[in-house]
Parts: sequence; structure tokens; C-alpha cells
Amino acid sequence: MIGPAILVEAPGLLATVQDRGRPGRAAQGIAPSGALDRGALALANRLLGNTRDAAALEITMGGFSAVLLPSGGPARGGGQPGVAPREADEPREPRGLWIALTGARGDAEIDGRGFGPNQAVLWPFGTRLRIGMAVAGSRFCLGVRGGVDAPIVAGSRSSDVLAGLGRPPLAPGDALAIAAEVAGPIPAAEPVPWGVTRALLEVALAPGPRADWFAPSASAALFGEPWLVSNDANRVGMRLLGPALQRVREGELPSEGMVVGAVQVPPSGLPTVLLADGPVTGGYPVIAVVAAASLDLLAQARPGERLVFRRALP
Amino acid sequence: MSRAGPARLLPMGARAVLVELDGLDEVLELAGALQAARPPGVVDLVPAARTVLVQIDLDRLTLAQARAWIEGVAAGPRSGVGGSGGAAAPARSHLIDVRYDGPDLAALAAALGMTSGELVERHTAAPWRVAFTGFAPGFGYLVSPAWPFDVPRLRAPRTAVPAGSLGLAAEFSGVYPRQTPGGWQLIGTAATRVFDPLAAEPALLAPGDLVRFRAAGA
Repeated sequence: MIGPAILVEAPGLLATVQDRGRPGRAAQGIAPSGALDRGALALANRLLGNTRDAAALEITMGGFSAVLLPSGGPARGGGQPGVAPREADEPREPRGLWIALTGARGDAEIDGRGFGPNQAVLWPFGTRLRIGMAVAGSRFCLGVRGGVDAPIVAGSRSSDVLAGLGRPPLAPGDALAIAAEVAGPIPAAEPVPWGVTRALLEVALAPGPRADWFAPSASAALFGEPWLVSNDANRVGMRLLGPALQRVREGELPSEGMVVGAVQVPPSGLPTVLLADGPVTGGYPVIAVVAAASLDLLAQARPGERLVFRRALP
Repeated sequence: MSRAGPARLLPMGARAVLVELDGLDEVLELAGALQAARPPGVVDLVPAARTVLVQIDLDRLTLAQARAWIEGVAAGPRSGVGGSGGAAAPARSHLIDVRYDGPDLAALAAALGMTSGELVERHTAAPWRVAFTGFAPGFGYLVSPAWPFDVPRLRAPRTAVPAGSLGLAAEFSGVYPRQTPGGWQLIGTAATRVFDPLAAEPALLAPGDLVRFRAAGA
């Protein structure tokens, strides 16, 4: 392997390579995938001077640790710390990899020294990066200068955990190479507002195609009751716990096209929100669709957390 | 000369419209017509058994513009049910070589009142068309006017159907892109890969494509 490599010791619950995904291929049966918290990915890439197409690690709930191995050959996009304005007297030879941690909040450290989120940080060669358990949010985005490398499948390095496309989820002992998706120097530090943890997540819903399959009481419950994020939540979908949504029509539909954010209601009456790796077609009626602006927020919802739905502005 | 019948436009969030039609023939017709007249800003056109999902990029097309476009195409004259001609862009065609050696071939042929050889002849003589995809990346649901049979799914699905297996279910034929569980009756094995993850276009089959099967030596 040429260039530095990230040697994964512990991936935590689930760690995958994600970029902006593979939109526009649903007609071939291929899901959009990509980072669930797209804002966190975009921020990490901007902090690191990467292109928008650079891939990062999506780390679910934390518990991640890895060691950075130095270059075995000429460094690629990752190891050029000299370009960082805050390190003007940086030696020519790279001595590490610039990284940025965005998305969920939790303790993070390099060889025991803590570092904060939403900033470019140098990860020196030979040291160990640890990300503790998330204390707010559920998905960390670990960006690296140049992006994480992985086979490009249908135009994306993203891992699709349902269809098995892209690099499989990380396992202990995996070594990750660094790509060269660099757009420019690492920008001067910019102020990034920290997310405020809310007691109750508020998620906007737009109308779905099969709202008429449900009783009026279902709409009242959907918008009037708090919903609990169940443990059955992953990149494919998120099952919510609350009052069963009453149908006025029974049975299943012939499968029809689905979108990210579709709120499907199986016969149990408990809704499932489809996420980026969800099936591109499905046979359960969709009562509503999570507004695009709320998807990043929903991606950070934790099992056991409560959320409320409100109507999206038209 | 014909119309697709009433097309019902249903909301699917702020960036998509679900068009509901009476049946698969109408879906094939409308999906083909939409594809032929597809404006920039349409991100995805996803036909299914009774619907066509149209996803748009709001930076290039508004939902109102998309609805007006769909309604205009649905109201317009077209070449006929499932028409492969007309003004639509020429469909891609694929020839798939198959060893007709599937474990369900003999029993299925008997159930349909023919020999295995006759079933293979009917299957290779039929012109197939990709109606829609789904189930797994690269899995196409193929239909043919020359295939009138309604094949039941297995009562107990197999836990592992090998990649490349050619299966039949209901009115459809399909080639499994990779090893998955599956309940279709298996009549053969395709030599042609229908999904290659590392190709620039991994999926061989797209909705509207024409497919012929050719019997290869066992």
C-alpha cells in the first residue's frame, strides 16, 4: 500500500465508508446510499480542503479506535500538513494525516490527548485515535484529508449495507488507504456553530402517496403524539414506536418506487422511515415523507430518543 | 393512437411524484414516453408494477413543472401498448446465453403440460422486455407478450439461489444478479453477468431494455 494507511483496531457498532452516494440509479435497483448526515460529511470535507466527492468514515455510536501507519512510499493527498495555515513552519515531510470529526458528539483523543469536533486536527503517524461513545447524536463523521479510499461502485465509494455494494463494513485489522480528493489547501479555521442538543427532535413531514389508506385518527396520531426511536434502526431504516396507525384499507400494494425518508407503515401500524440504504421499491403504504431538510437530524436520532413530527411547509 | 388511461399523480414528499396507472402495460407505455421526453432535472424514473416514480432535482425543476410535464406526456398520443417503436429512443437489446439446467425445469414444464425442450423453445423464442427492476441491484423483471404463463413461486423459498440463476415467477423471468434467498422457480443458469460491481455501469438491464435468451450447450 502506497501512502499512509489507517489500521482499524475497533470499528465500534458499525463503521462504513460513505461519500455523497449514488443518486439517480433507482431504476437499476441501486439505492442512493451515502452519508446519512450529509451536512456532517460536507462540513468535514470543507474543513479539510477536500472535494465534495471525498469519502469519510461514518461511525455509528462510537467505540472506534485506529492507528495511523506512515507512508510506505510517496505520500498522496493525505499527508501534506505543510499547506495548513496554522502550521506555517511545518516540515516538508508529512508527519501525519489531517482529520476532522463532525456529526455526533463524544470524547475523542489521539494518544490520550483530547481534541474537539468541527476542526482540522493533525493525526501523527504511529499514534492511536480513539472515539468514545456518542453522548449526543448517533453518527460520527470522520473525515480525512484526501478522503478515505475504497472501490468505486456505480460512481461512489459508499457502502450499501442492504445490497452489499462497496466496501463491506469495517472489521478489526482492516487497513484503509487515503485517496486524493483534494480541492485546495486546508482553509483557515472558520467558526462552526456547535449543534444544540434538543430534548425533542422535530422532524418535518411532507405528504405521502398512500395517506388515504389510513384513518383520520392515524394522521392525528402521527402529528400529535411523540414517537420513540426503536433499537431497530440502521442505515436501511428506522422503526418508530408509538400508537399503531389505523388503516382503512388492508393488504399490501404491488411494490412501488420508494424515496429516502418515506414513512412506510406495515400491518403492525408502527411506521418505519426508510433511509439511504433502504430498498428502492416496497410494498407497504407510505403515509408521509420526511422532508429533505430533516433527514440529517433524523440520522442523528438515537434509539430511545423521542421525536415529534410537524407538517413541512409547502 | 392510444392513451395510457387515467394517470393519477400522487404526492411523494417534496422532491418526487408517484404516478399510478391501471396496470403494467400502461406503466411500460408511460415510462417509455417519459424516458423519451425526459428533461434535465429528472433524477430518477422508476417504473414498478402499477406506478412510475419520478424523482426530481429541485435546483433544476419545480414540483409543479414536473407534474405539468408528466400530465402532458400522459395525455399525449403514443404508439400503442408496450410499444417498442414510435418516437421513443431505440431500446437497448441484450442477448443472454443460458444453460437450461435449472432444478425446477422438468417439474415446471410438466405442470405447464409440455416437455422441458418445449419450455426452453418457448422461452428462447419469446421477445422479453425489462418492465422494471427491484429486489436487488441489477435484478430485472422481464415480461413478454409471447409468454402467457402464470408461474407460482416456490412454497418454501430457497435460502441461497446461486448468482446467474434464471428464474420464473408469475408472468416474469429474471436473472439473479448475486446469491440471495429466492422463491422463483429456477430453469437455468445465465452465462452473461447481469451485475458487475466494478463496471462503470454495473447493472446490465434497465427498464425498457429488450432481452432475448439463447440456449447454450449444457
